[in-house]
Amino acid sequence: MAFYFVQFLTGLASAASLFLVASGLSIIFGVTRIVNFAHGAFYMLGAYIAFSLTERLSGALGFWGGIVVAALAVAVIGVIVEIVLLRRIYHAPELFQLLATFGLTLMVEDLVVLIWGPDDLVGRRAPGFKGAVDFFGQNIPSYDLFLIVLGPVVLGALWLLFQRTRWGILVRAATQDRDMVAALGVNQKWLFTSVFAVGVFLAALGGALQIPRDAVHHAMDLRIIVEVFVVVVIGGLGSILGAFVAAVLVSELNAFGILIFPTISLILVFLVMAVVLVIRPWGLFGKKEAPARRTPGLTVIPWRPLTSVERLASVVALALVAMLPFIAGNYALTVGAEIAIFVIFAASLHFLMAVGGLASFGHAAYFGLGAYGVAFLAKMAGLPMIVCILLGPLLGALGAAVFGAFAVQLSGVYFAMLTLAFAQIVWSIAFQWVAVTGGDNGILGLWPEKWAASPSHFYWLALGVSAFVVSVLRLITFSPFGYALRGMRDSPLRSESIGINGKRIQWTAFIIAGTTAGIGGALFAYLKGSVFPDNMGISLSVDALVMVLLGGVETVPGAIFGAIVYKALNIWLVSQTDWSKLVLGIFIVLIVVVFPKGIVGVVESVMQRRRAAAPKAAALSAKMEGAQ
Amino acid sequence: MSLGVSLLSVEGLSKSYGGIHAVRSVSFMLQAGEILALIGPNGAGKSTCFDMLNGQNVPDSGRITVMGGETTGRKPREVWRLGVGRTFQITATYPTMTVRENIQVALVSHHRRLYDFWTPMMSIERGEADRLLDLVGMAGYAERPCGELAYGDLKRLELAIALANQPKLLLMDEPTAGMAPRERVELMRLTAKIAREQSIGVLFTEHDMDVVFEHADRILVLNRGSLIAQGSPAEVRANREVQAIYLGEGLLYDAVHREGASA
Amino acid sequence: MKLSVSNLNSHYGPAHILFDIGLEVGEGEVVALLGRNGAGKSTTFRSIVGLVALREGQILFEGKDISTAPTHEIVRAGLGYVPEERRIFTDLTVEENLEVGRQKPRPGSPQWTREKLYKLFPNLGEMKNRPGGRMSGGEQQMLTIARTLMGNPSLVLLDEPSEGLSPKIVEQMVDAILTMKKEGVSLVVSEQNLHFARLISDRAYIIERGRICFAGTMAELDARPDIRDAHLSI
Repeated sequence: MAFYFVQFLTGLASAASLFLVASGLSIIFGVTRIVNFAHGAFYMLGAYIAFSLTERLSGALGFWGGIVVAALAVAVIGVIVEIVLLRRIYHAPELFQLLATFGLTLMVEDLVVLIWGPDDLVGRRAPGFKGAVDFFGQNIPSYDLFLIVLGPVVLGALWLLFQRTRWGILVRAATQDRDMVAALGVNQKWLFTSVFAVGVFLAALGGALQIPRDAVHHAMDLRIIVEVFVVVVIGGLGSILGAFVAAVLVSELNAFGILIFPTISLILVFLVMAVVLVIRPWGLFGKKEAPARRTPGLTVIPWRPLTSVERLASVVALALVAMLPFIAGNYALTVGAEIAIFVIFAASLHFLMAVGGLASFGHAAYFGLGAYGVAFLAKMAGLPMIVCILLGPLLGALGAAVFGAFAVQLSGVYFAMLTLAFAQIVWSIAFQWVAVTGGDNGILGLWPEKWAASPSHFYWLALGVSAFVVSVLRLITFSPFGYALRGMRDSPLRSESIGINGKRIQWTAFIIAGTTAGIGGALFAYLKGSVFPDNMGISLSVDALVMVLLGGVETVPGAIFGAIVYKALNIWLVSQTDWSKLVLGIFIVLIVVVFPKGIVGVVESVMQRRRAAAPKAAALSAKMEGAQ
Repeated sequence: MSLGVSLLSVEGLSKSYGGIHAVRSVSFMLQAGEILALIGPNGAGKSTCFDMLNGQNVPDSGRITVMGGETTGRKPREVWRLGVGRTFQITATYPTMTVRENIQVALVSHHRRLYDFWTPMMSIERGEADRLLDLVGMAGYAERPCGELAYGDLKRLELAIALANQPKLLLMDEPTAGMAPRERVELMRLTAKIAREQSIGVLFTEHDMDVVFEHADRILVLNRGSLIAQGSPAEVRANREVQAIYLGEGLLYDAVHREGASA
Repeated sequence: MKLSVSNLNSHYGPAHILFDIGLEVGEGEVVALLGRNGAGKSTTFRSIVGLVALREGQILFEGKDISTAPTHEIVRAGLGYVPEERRIFTDLTVEENLEVGRQKPRPGSPQWTREKLYKLFPNLGEMKNRPGGRMSGGEQQMLTIARTLMGNPSLVLLDEPSEGLSPKIVEQMVDAILTMKKEGVSLVVSEQNLHFARLISDRAYIIERGRICFAGTMAELDARPDIRDAHLSI
């Protein structure tokens, strides 16, 4: 009994930091409508800076002072980020906001390694809370007790801040109706900046307070942000009380999940999240949002199937690319096969995101499931390669069918957060369930059979499958189904009022995208000869997003060009610099701020401009009536 | 035109939000081929009423029957499948598609071909789409991107989309809002013509009183959620309660009322 | 001139809503903007305070051009706006709603305090801690006016203050508007209700389909029943 109680207290202690970060995210979202992906990075920065300060400053005052100063310093960084970056993208589609703040996260990850090194850092114990308290033979660290008290104290302090100060009242008013606040003479710009500063301060404080409990390392940002997304999805974005309740719930589920399902503890959290979403799609304490802004920008250039000349040109281009084995060496062919596989992956996300308007932040899950599907079939069932490649992707289809059923109930940022959380759950199952997946060691020795073993043969295989998948997706895009899917993206209201069951259309599209991503994953497994949990990791999901954006989210063939350029650039970059995340992060931010239409988008609008634009807008003339 | 069963029949429709009665016990009927206007000041409950007919809002009580079948509480897409077309105050179309494609999507849905993954849309229902475009006077617009249309054309396109499932009833929310005066008259004439020819019943809300009095066969007047008057345009115009709502409840108006009753 | 609007054109996306609107308000004057639903009254107000993105034309407030200024600067210069839909912060109490509207006193403008406003609207004083969402329509209308007055404006744009209110509350509204006038606030009041407008205003404009089609004193309007019937009645 005492053991369970201690486990319960451990859960409560973990909830404190989670609550701080989640409440910060919620406050920022409430007013600015931005889901700040970089929140985990600010949390991590808080921990690193607090580590350095508490190492240098001695005594209790030095420790606690260091924690607070670290959080304040990160808040200042947050203000700079808000003024320099976010102010430019408040009116951008939410997908771009998520991506820009993700780019920031990547930059911070490399920067902390640059400054503090790659090793885990173990911080000082908190003065006054070094020991443990005995509870019926079980030890509870006294610092845990401090954190347990701190959570409700911060909740109370935030409550006072929002109820008793003019600033708090303005923030609550702006959360409800931003324009009306401006119409009463409040300068929104500085209100946004101050809200962002407070939210970042809370995240950094959450990170700083973790140093006596956990080692500081450069991957803690992604771990916390995924948990925070789960918390705000359960608690409801914008609700501080919701963040508190959900943080406690998630932490307890983690604490007890380990006891019930030691290998797949996150399953429990997922089940709870699924139940909450079914009963209350906007979270326990959340409010239903106004319809989300359209995710991709609006095209005025309607999509067209290829003309016969263009189709011929595509076939010629494909034939030329197929000549590669006659002029290039093995390394180039392996790179070529990898690019072809990523074209499949990017095209599958493009279908969901550009045609369907559903920006998944966890698309790698289905790529990885396809890869693991192949690995299971080949290693456990010993099936031949061709059967594995045909059946392996079905694991991706299955995952997409299950997760997609929940995900399509939501849209916009909720959809993005939920798909990310699902992907992370799949990742952690692959990581934790060592008996089946091999955990971090992956599954090795998946080599192609003889007929596909040589680099040139595998290249042709990958290229052929890639061309086939891209053609099929294109065919679907211009089929009635593709139009119904685009219709849901353009105007759900119109779709519903012409008899279309939009959620079912979107769910079907999710399964199609998951299956095709799985095909890419299946080939990838044979290309690398192995599968690892990272094949479904966040960075791979984001790679896919960047490929689609780089190519142009408003275009049909964007994903192909995006994948080729990005993957080639990426392979080259990794060979040139150790700081590829930093460069990639800068690259993402630049795309979002200065180049949001992507490569194909820019080409298309240049061509469009060449053609004479038809005069728009009929003249509106009217007689003036009445006497005057 | 009376066939015993009316096209649309609404009985005792009510809806309240947090103690405020948005719509109270509204009842009326609509016959095939009839054009019925629903008017009233802002906040009178027109939109709530409309949304309940369309299935976007569920009434607290009351009954809605379309061609003898009850639709109360059904989803908009189910109401549509029963032959009810709808246009919106702020147009809802697919801006990234061409004008023809906008109609093709509705036709494909009507013929239940939404899960066709292979046939190119280009070759489906083209003729029917062009016929509908011709009907609303947009024959030359088929290839134009919908996002580039002028507002009045968007309204006509919506009408064509609404006609795609050969509806028996059209619900039009503020069909002429945001249009230039001449366009308003044209759109309503067109609507009336189509309604008469195909004996479609039309229910519309409208701010523009010229449009209402010129085109409606009958008018319903809502105020604070209740139906305060219904009848022919002449009857409604003569109704003192209606005049009071539109001009104020003072006595001054009565004193000058007789002098200039021109419209 | 307190406020002078000329050649104002506004669009919502592709829809052209206002056509060459011209409007003038003198110091301490109450002007009615009359018109039916959807005639363009609210859009005119929203354009003046900068809440419509696509607007062209000249708007002078106390001689200063505000046609491109952001909303909060326009309001801080002393031009108050009371929206038609009231837009009370429903999660906030009466006191908190007033706090959001509070601005520093402005020299030359009438000053308002909570106490003074509770005297003007006694109902509000009795429910200081009630959330805005749990008030009746009439109480919300009073609160939205009081909230704007907390900014000590010298001119207020009041959009449809009598809409949907019971006759008794409308009477209170008339008193409140006349008190504001007495304190020295200039007002533009949009209305459909001619009777109400007659009780409070010095002059009137009639707007129809986005154009001004009559301007004159209330007496001039009363002398032209043809205009009234063509543009206001049904």
